[in-house]
Parts: sequence; structure tokens; C-alpha cells
Amino acid sequence: MKLIDEFRDPALARQLVESIRGAATRRWTLMEVCGGQTHGLLRHGIDEELRDVVELLHGPGCPVCVTPATVIDHAIELALRPGFLLTTFGDMLRVPGSDRSLMQAQAEGANLQMVYSPLDAVKLAQELPSTQVVFFAVGFETTAPATAIAVSQAQALDLPNFSVLTAHVRVEPAMEAIAQAEDCRVNGFLAAGHVCTITGYDQYYRLAQRYRMPIVVTGFEPIDLLVGILRCLQLLEQGSTEVVNAYTRSVRPAGNVAAKEILQQVFVIADQPWRGLGEVPLGGLILAPKFRRFDAVDRFGLERTSIAVEDECQSGAVMSGRIRPTQCPHFGSRCTPQSPLGAPMVSTEGACSAYYRYSNLVPLNTSPAS
Amino acid sequence: MCLAIPGHVVRWLRRDPPFCEAEVDFLGVRRVCNLSCVPEAQVADYVIVHAGVAISLMDAAVAHQLLEELRSIENPVNRGEPGDPHE
Repeated sequence: MKLIDEFRDPALARQLVESIRGAATRRWTLMEVCGGQTHGLLRHGIDEELRDVVELLHGPGCPVCVTPATVIDHAIELALRPGFLLTTFGDMLRVPGSDRSLMQAQAEGANLQMVYSPLDAVKLAQELPSTQVVFFAVGFETTAPATAIAVSQAQALDLPNFSVLTAHVRVEPAMEAIAQAEDCRVNGFLAAGHVCTITGYDQYYRLAQRYRMPIVVTGFEPIDLLVGILRCLQLLEQGSTEVVNAYTRSVRPAGNVAAKEILQQVFVIADQPWRGLGEVPLGGLILAPKFRRFDAVDRFGLERTSIAVEDECQSGAVMSGRIRPTQCPHFGSRCTPQSPLGAPMVSTEGACSAYYRYSNLVPLNTSPAS
Repeated sequence: MCLAIPGHVVRWLRRDPPFCEAEVDFLGVRRVCNLSCVPEAQVADYVIVHAGVAISLMDAAVAHQLLEELRSIENPVNRGEPGDPHE
């Protein structure tokens, strides 16, 4: 396909791998922020191929993984109410809440429908006027415009039976939380290309300067990922703390101005608890007062208090790059995609799921048990 | 979750925000997408679509320019050869 196949060209990829080897005089540690990038790196074997010159830590960019258990509990509570339909992305269905997932609640009668877009939920609300249709909205700045447009449509249509349960999160504060940690090992960031498509990357200059690390806006195809790594290594070798855009076909410095305007109309920035990482200052988006009547928590009298859930899942350590998924004692034994202890093993963007799918679980130097 | 795919605009269906809609072709599969964030898109333009919403107007010229640069600069063998290195 035009402008996809070219960015998967094996010959060009091999050439870039050689350039990366030629550029590095030592082994550097980079963090790719987005879970989509994590999966791309593992699916195409880039992490293994470059293991000797670059260590790739996997960042917090999995919105499903950081959605608090309390919000999933709210979603379950609403889905179980008579006359309600809870809609959300397929990724959310198997993520455990405090004691069960949405899918498990379905067995108890929870009314769920998976949707591809929040706009589909608005259409459902129009088609089912006697049903309260709630869209469980998760995602970073990439996804938030779709929710904002859905809420704007509901406002324009004056839909009384549409609301959103929001858990939208912002990437930059999470990057800062990782960069400022005392034990931070990250030398440079590969920033999330589709988040930057919306937000732009002007805001990263401050981060790069303050924490003395280069930031390269990176896409998702193999060539994009390799170019991002190459640019970041080149900057590190030069001692530069620049911000560079390596995903130029989609990302402009100021981002998507129309999308940002829609976001600013519908949402305001707020502190937000992130599952596994704790409270992230200014880490989330909540509905602006003008649109608060579409907030499911307000409308249906749900408790806003968040309960700390004792997670056996070590998602916080995984998402901040402190441990690799395979260093978790439960990985592949008690925790698998079929029976997950936590979200990173469930989500199609979770680092644990990527390792489970694409890594060789048996180290090459060990012989299988006889 | 942040994955998004490119497709080209086949025809505009409505232009009034926040309902701006166009038919977009993804490898022969056509889907109605919301174009509120790329109101400047024209028929045949490539847009990058995520969760039913076009989040970006893809700059095809910039994409081709990057590929050309990579093929010529990163590999000295191709330096100075403007043609397709696959040929």
C-alpha cells in the first residue's frame, strides 16, 4: 500500500541497521514511549537485532494499562444497571478491575458493546433512545479528539442518553515523571508519533533541556522506528539534547491545530491517578464544565474516590522501564494473555503482551526440560 | 491503541463540524470517517485515521523525500543515483 510498504522495505531496514551500528561508540539506553512502538520493535525483531548497541526500555504509553481499576469498576457498575449499554474499545474488555473484568461481568448480565470509534457510540445512542449509552473513553491525546468530537456531536444533537466515562491521559507528564526519577536510566526518548501528530512537539524542548536528553518524535513502521533510533543515537553521540522530528509525514511542530482546538473546548487538564504509576500531576483530561452533563460519573452518582488496589501485577516497574516483562516472577506462568494478572499482559499495546507474543520464552542457552 | 492507518479521501459527505464526514479508502475497503480535525483535506489526499477520526493530513511529498534521502545518504552505494534503488 502506498506509503506503508515503503516504510517496511527490508533492504532499507538493513541499511539503517548498519548505519545505527556505525553511529554508536557505546551502548545507549532509549525508551520508546508508546506501546504501539513497543509491539513494532518486538514484532520486527528490532530490539534483538540491535541489542549490542542499544537497550530499549518500554515506556508507559499503554492507556489501557494505566486506566485505574476504580474506573473499570465504574464501567462494570454501569454495564450491570438495567437500561444501560456500556460501549468501549475491545482492548478494555479483559482488563481486570478490582475483582473482575468487563468480560467477566458480561457473564453476570453486563450489557457491553465493543466499538471501533466513540462516534459509533453516539450513533447507538440515537438508535436506542430508551437506553443510556455510556462510552468508556480511554486513550492518550491521539484518541481524545475522537471522544471530544463524540461529546460535541451529542451536545449538538442534544442527546439525553449519551455520556462518557473518561480516563483520558496525557503523555508528557508521564515522560517527565520517568525522566525525573532518581534511578532513571533513559538516555533518550523516542516520543510517540501519533500523540505528537495531535500535540506537536514544542512542549518537549523544555523536557529535553531540563533532563539533558534528546527526544526524537518517532513513527511506527520498521523504517520509522529505525530512523528514530538512528537520529537519537546520533544526537547522543554528539552530546546534543535537541528535539528532532523523525515522523515528518504526519507530525508538524505545532501538531494538529484543529484537533487541539476541539480538545480545548471539550476537556480541561487535571491531575490523574495512573494505574501502576500513582497520581500523575496534570496527567489526565476531564470534561470541561460546559460539557459536564455528559460525564457519566456525575450523571449517575458514581463515587469519585479512587481505591488503591493491591496489584500483584508489577505494571509500574514495567512501564517505567525498571524491569523487563520477563523479569516479573509471574510472567508466562501465573500471568498469561488468557489469564492476566494485570493490564500490560492483556492490552494489544502492553509490553508484557508484546514479550509473550514475540519473544522466545526459552533462552537459547538452556535446553528444554526432558 | 494509538495505531492509526493511512487511507485516501474518496469523497466528502458532509462539511458541518463536528459531523464532517468523508468516505476514505483503505486498500480497497471504504469507511466513513470524521474529518473534523483535517477540514482542509481534499479528494485523493491521504489522511491518517485513528478510531474513526482522521488525525492528520499525510504529507506524501515529505514522505517520499525522506525515503529518497535515506536511500541515498545512508547507503553510499546509492549516492548520486536519483532512480529507484530497487530497480
